[in-house]
Amino acid sequence: MTDAREPLLKVRNLQLHYRTRRGTARAVDCVDLDVGRNEALVVLGESGSGKSSLAKALMRLLPRNVARYSGQVLLGGDELMPMGDEHFRSSVQWNRISMVMQAAMNALNPVVRVGEQVAEPLRVHRGWSKEAAMERVVATFATVGVSRDFVSRYPFELSGGMRQRVVLAMALITEPELVILDEPTSALDVLTQASIMNVLKRIKREQGTSFILITHDVATSSELADRVALMYAGQVVEQSDARDFFHHPAHPYSRLLMDSVPRLHQSEPPGYIPGEPPDLVDPPAGCRFADRCPQRFGRCSDDPSAFELEGERRVRCWLYKEGTDHDG
Amino acid sequence: MSRWMQGLRELKGYPSAVGGLAIIVFLVALSLYTVITIPYSEALERWRGGDHWQMNPVNAGPVWADRLLGGNLPQTRVVASDDAEVREAPFEGGKQVRIPLSFEYDNEGFPSELNLFLNQKGTQQEAFVRLTWHTPSGETIPLGGRRISEEDRISISQNRALEGRLGMVPHVGLFAGASDPADPQAEQGEYRLTVDAMLFDPKAELEADLAVYGRVHGLAGTDYQRRNLMLALMWGTPVALAFGLLAAVGTTLTTLVIAATGVWFRGWVDALIQRLTEVNMILPMLPILVMVGTLYSTSIWLMLGVVIALGIFSAGIKTYRAMLLPIREAPYIEAARAYGAGNARIILRYMIPRILPVLIPTFVTLIPTFVFLEASLAVLGLGDPQLPTWGKVLNDAQQQSALYNGFYYWVVAPAVLLMLTGLGFAMFGFALDRVFNPRLRTQ
Repeated sequence: MTDAREPLLKVRNLQLHYRTRRGTARAVDCVDLDVGRNEALVVLGESGSGKSSLAKALMRLLPRNVARYSGQVLLGGDELMPMGDEHFRSSVQWNRISMVMQAAMNALNPVVRVGEQVAEPLRVHRGWSKEAAMERVVATFATVGVSRDFVSRYPFELSGGMRQRVVLAMALITEPELVILDEPTSALDVLTQASIMNVLKRIKREQGTSFILITHDVATSSELADRVALMYAGQVVEQSDARDFFHHPAHPYSRLLMDSVPRLHQSEPPGYIPGEPPDLVDPPAGCRFADRCPQRFGRCSDDPSAFELEGERRVRCWLYKEGTDHDG
Repeated sequence: MSRWMQGLRELKGYPSAVGGLAIIVFLVALSLYTVITIPYSEALERWRGGDHWQMNPVNAGPVWADRLLGGNLPQTRVVASDDAEVREAPFEGGKQVRIPLSFEYDNEGFPSELNLFLNQKGTQQEAFVRLTWHTPSGETIPLGGRRISEEDRISISQNRALEGRLGMVPHVGLFAGASDPADPQAEQGEYRLTVDAMLFDPKAELEADLAVYGRVHGLAGTDYQRRNLMLALMWGTPVALAFGLLAAVGTTLTTLVIAATGVWFRGWVDALIQRLTEVNMILPMLPILVMVGTLYSTSIWLMLGVVIALGIFSAGIKTYRAMLLPIREAPYIEAARAYGAGNARIILRYMIPRILPVLIPTFVTLIPTFVFLEASLAVLGLGDPQLPTWGKVLNDAQQQSALYNGFYYWVVAPAVLLMLTGLGFAMFGFALDRVFNPRLRTQ
């Protein structure tokens, strides 16, 4: 086995650029990430910050207009990027990394029974017989809290929460090491969100699965998170332990973001961040958050790199460069 | 299964679905009955014509039509020597046989033909027969005599000398009694044909069958070759249904798969499919079929193949493409791609089943189109040379000027069956459309 402290997934300098009519959109730009074994990494970020593109880059679900797809991805010590597409498909996709798609409510084929649908990865990847696959489906359904009666139902007969659990079951059925969840609870009511989060926590505890949870919902994500990566304009601006992040955010963007999360019985109105996120086709030179940053200073016109802080914290901000003159 | 039952129950609410389904069930039952009772090879053999039909009248109408109009035209009678009291008188070197063939004639109008079939057994020697006709009023008309070989047919209707004597064609004159030759009326009562034969071999036996051909025959009547039209009408049903169904399935499925393939792979695959479709769409189908039929073969199965081949890149591809394009971008397709489903699996299991419900009604209404196409080809003289079909019956009727001669039954029966097929599938298809296509639902 590999060293226990060696992360399960190690991403270095991952880039995914799209060709658009206006130019190249840098949806994922120089992203570094680490996900440990049995760890849940929450990737936070507002819409259009490149979270879903990051997930697609990891799963190699590339659209046709890819301009650049490069970097280094190590899964349990294996280099994924040099693998051929067919090798990647047969050995990594869904066998080692699986995914719950965004808009999971619609991720089920409406004309196929959910049981057969969930069994598909086993039949596609492992060539299991229908009977064997269905047995496993029933077991996985039990794990995510879906009654076995639902196996022969069609998606439209299920409620949103049930459908979400079914999609989750589809991601778990091959017992992958890493599950990427792309906004799994964004269309659900809070109680259903909570119960799904509980299911995820239980699976993490019982099966030791690692999760990458991509979301814009700060409150719900705090339930599951061990570590947090905050994305802004295609870059990870802060990556730290969940407790540190939620209580003492380091990056100015993190602080403003945490400040804008509404709380119950809050006396003052929640804060907001002035301005708009930058255009990914033509991002500003230097720090991408500089235009909206209240703590902007001279060096912000240069692109900051990620500075290591204590407690395995990495922040992409000149404020944390040791010996920086903040008034410069 | 329960969903199918539910769908059927829903269909019960539409009278057109029930009516259409009843017609389809009737046609399918008729096809099954036909195929089981008259095997394919036997149907071909019989339809070729010949001796099998020699006891049938020529161009006789259906019985029920005549009876419905209050008529009482004769049906064919066969009087056999087996039932007659045969008297034999031996002489040296042979024997004399007298066979009285008597029958009751109680119809209006006259028979259409008179034939006597003779069959001499147990000898090679020719025999000599003399025929005498006895009318109910006691008149005796000699019909002359002739030599006969082993198996012979004496066509009384064709006896020119007799026709001259009677002043009318024999099958009218022999039944007219004393009525006015300008407006003959059939005399009813018991007629008798006496066959006096001299057999020049003591061991010889003679069988005689008198066929008094009627003017009406069976449910469907007969054609100019004495063939019972019922055979063609019955065998036309499975042929029409099979042709329609196979052509509809063949074209719909291939078109669908090709459209889905183009949509899924996009790029040059899609472009190629679209260009081929556009070229194929402006090619006229019927002239091509006529060309194939004229220059190559008119076998119905070849025609079916050509119809399907021409139907592959048909306008349907455009429609299906438009329906599939949004499905291609559906999240569940991306999800399938994520767990590594291959191209074929995505096309066949994810994209096509999605639009099948919308296609089923179109498919059902497409079936009669191909049935009509086959009939059109047959009417144009490009029908299968061996197989009896509805279109071929119409073609025969047209060639024999059926309507000019007043043989309406010959045209009406196949036409009605064709229309019934179209009606049944159309009614059922439109009802299915209402069930499967939510936009058309009113309640």
